[in-house]
Amino acid sequence: MKKNLFVFLILFFVSTFAFAAGDQEGAEDAIKIAMVTDVGGVNDQSFNQSAWEGLQRARDELGVEISYLESAQDADYIPNLQSLIDGGNDLVWGVGFKMADALLQMAKLYPDQHFAIIDFAYGPDAPSNVVGVLFKAEQASFLVGYIAGKVTETNTIGFVGGIEGAIIDAFEYGFLAGVYIANRDATVLSQYADSFVDAAKGKSIATQMYVQGADIVFHAAGSVGNGVIEAAREQDRWVIGVDRDQNDLAPDNVLTSAMKEVGDAMYKVAKDLKETGEFPSGGALILGLSDGAVGIAPTSNVHVPADILSEIEEMSQRIVSGEIAVPYNLETFETFKSEN
Amino acid sequence: MLIDIGFILGTMFMYATPLLYTALGGAISENSGVVNIGLEGMMTIGAFSAATTSYFLQNPWIGFIFGGFAGALLGLVHAVACVSYRADNVVSGIAINFLGPGIALFLARHFFGGTTHTKILDLDKKMPRPFDGVFEQNSFFDLILNQYATMFIALFLVFVVHFVFYYTRVGLRLRSVGEKPTAARTVGIRVVLYRYGAVIVSGFFAGLGGSSLSIAIVSHFWHPLISGQGFIALAAMIFGKWKPIPTMFACLMFGFSQGIAVFLGRVIPATYTELVSMIPYALTLIVLVLFVRRSRAPSALGGQVDE
Repeated sequence: MKKNLFVFLILFFVSTFAFAAGDQEGAEDAIKIAMVTDVGGVNDQSFNQSAWEGLQRARDELGVEISYLESAQDADYIPNLQSLIDGGNDLVWGVGFKMADALLQMAKLYPDQHFAIIDFAYGPDAPSNVVGVLFKAEQASFLVGYIAGKVTETNTIGFVGGIEGAIIDAFEYGFLAGVYIANRDATVLSQYADSFVDAAKGKSIATQMYVQGADIVFHAAGSVGNGVIEAAREQDRWVIGVDRDQNDLAPDNVLTSAMKEVGDAMYKVAKDLKETGEFPSGGALILGLSDGAVGIAPTSNVHVPADILSEIEEMSQRIVSGEIAVPYNLETFETFKSEN
Repeated sequence: MLIDIGFILGTMFMYATPLLYTALGGAISENSGVVNIGLEGMMTIGAFSAATTSYFLQNPWIGFIFGGFAGALLGLVHAVACVSYRADNVVSGIAINFLGPGIALFLARHFFGGTTHTKILDLDKKMPRPFDGVFEQNSFFDLILNQYATMFIALFLVFVVHFVFYYTRVGLRLRSVGEKPTAARTVGIRVVLYRYGAVIVSGFFAGLGGSSLSIAIVSHFWHPLISGQGFIALAAMIFGKWKPIPTMFACLMFGFSQGIAVFLGRVIPATYTELVSMIPYALTLIVLVLFVRRSRAPSALGGQVDE
């Protein structure tokens, strides 16, 4: 009897490992680029999907050979990276910071293999065969902050952060700067959930902000943000999404979203590789508005008036030209305020 | 000030709801002598099933019940492993916690075109809110009472389970199975049957707990929606000495301290945000040490019985 149970349990565990699926396409002798998704999978309608779309564009426009492997759980990262290395790929991508440790480990084991990772930078001690791609989140946050500052009627705006740190600081201070430029009278209520997963807490914090009179809340808090959006629906107020176009979660309430164009960033790396033949290496590649790697959601024109959108266009150009230096932490924000 | 109190109490009820169902489920299983740390996995599968069924049938009630049944199915797996095959309860529970999210993600991809989240329910296709629009929006009473039906059902179930435990023959037998299974068997109680029933019902409750998150607190299921609530519910049950009504107070206290934490997060400078977020956990520990000195588990908990 015990033996049966043992077999039964083993089968369960094996079945949970069995979801990693592969996909290969492309021509001979081309540059081969492959990516490992994190647990979201390649159709997650979020950054994994965006990443794969970027590679598909690289295939169609640049003729590179592409493939991906999906990870069903964190333990799949290393085996998936290993398969892609064995598959003779020129560049292997890890999509998402969760893969940082696994990717670093493999980069040390295979010094001749080139690696890149989205949303993570290893710092000065990193091996030279790995590059981290970061996004200037503050620039996209600035633009949505500007929209919020213009659209608000109560002059009270909310910001819900996940866990305080350099990454979310960029969202917060970029957003504050955008509101500051658009509307000096607006106050921003800012609160952290100390979590990236607790949707109920996000809902509770956002509800409190709406009760306090906020009419727009911006979140940079991962899954906590799903709760923020739910609060906006129940209270029938505005909410601003993050990372991807979140309009599908609440078409009537999502005003705009601060987008991170993972796919465009990966396309850019592929393009540079194709044109120069050189791999990006060592340290971090920080991409922003000028690279088309961040921006506001395409659905913004549904709720945001056209004249504000044309101002956003103008603001984008001023950021790209360097006229506006968007702050990304408290210190740069203080400087920003004294200069503007 | 009054609004703030209303807000804190409202948050308490919202937060406590999924915990109430799940902790009650835990109490039912453990009073029969089977440890159930698979609650988290049962909640996950329940949350997924409820969101999916509600979306396709556009009826939250069917979704809610279906979420319960999905949890019950995992409960059955746990019962087969723990009661028939006499597996270590903890090991089986851990397996359930892998299995629940695994199946949920697999099926989500199957039903929703490869994505790992379900589609959003319209507001009027979620669980109804009986007091919606009765009071002025965001007034004191609105903040407290404008809750989803799942919250009122959860409170009602607490008293149902209390009644069954202490005022019915089934309840007495169930508890005897958890305390002294050999004695229970001697007087002709079918221990295996009771344990099977209890573990399956426990899965059903945990499934309802997951549903109360995915079709009431929010309106879809995605990967980390259930992230530790099953374990918090387990803690609340132990906190509540394995008894329904004290367990209810434990859940409400946890919800209340979350409300306090969110409220203080607004009024206290951002520098202390981590400290404020610790309140629910710190308070739980303090109360546990000060007031719950004698918490005794059912004697036969986790043990096996010969047929």
